[in-house]
Amino acid sequence: MTWIMEILILTILLICALAAIHVKDLLSSAILLGAYSFLMCILWAEMGAVDVAFTEAAVGAGISTAFFIGAIYQTTRRTKD
Amino acid sequence: MIRLYDDLIIQTVCRIMIPLIQLFAFYVIAHGHYSPGGGFQGGCILGASFILMVIAYDINWMKRRFSEKKNILLIALGVLIYALVGVLCILLGAEYLNYGILHKIIPTDSVKVRALGTLIIEIGVGITVMAVMVSIFLNLTTLGKHEKGEV
Repeated sequence: MTWIMEILILTILLICALAAIHVKDLLSSAILLGAYSFLMCILWAEMGAVDVAFTEAAVGAGISTAFFIGAIYQTTRRTKD
Repeated sequence: MIRLYDDLIIQTVCRIMIPLIQLFAFYVIAHGHYSPGGGFQGGCILGASFILMVIAYDINWMKRRFSEKKNILLIALGVLIYALVGVLCILLGAEYLNYGILHKIIPTDSVKVRALGTLIIEIGVGITVMAVMVSIFLNLTTLGKHEKGEV
């Protein structure tokens, strides 16, 4: 039964990762990377690596999203390319 | 630049949430050797509470409570705690960070003193990670100008 959930999470993970690359708005890109980190955290917790999942939730989704938004304050919100 | 923006809902929610986040961070640091977590994760959560303070209010409001000088001192203090415990183990005749030897100066048995040594190391790591995270965020959002009071 878990493999259905795993495939579902991996599909959403892939969509989040591709959308974070292709979206033009940098703020949406940062938020999509945060969603990617949370899905990765669920995947790791499901595989049994609880400590890694906790680190991913604290660092990947919490701190690094705040850092990205802080960096976007200093630049323009939309990409040129 | 993050300016003060008076919003009653955001400020009230943050005032309630920040102590709870900090309490959870201390729990994560203190229980790092029994459950998932540890110095790095707890320090990150503790730093995130100060970052939330900057976002909800503004930088000067946060720096009145946690100034830049204290921040630099805390970064050095965490590394100092880590290094002092390690060097103390060498002085007592064991390898660097071999906490088991600390039972010569702390009157408990060798197993409990090993857990206690891990806790001291985790506290040092947590202090350093928290201060470094706050410092990175402040320098990133103000291009390093916040030390001169230009924001």
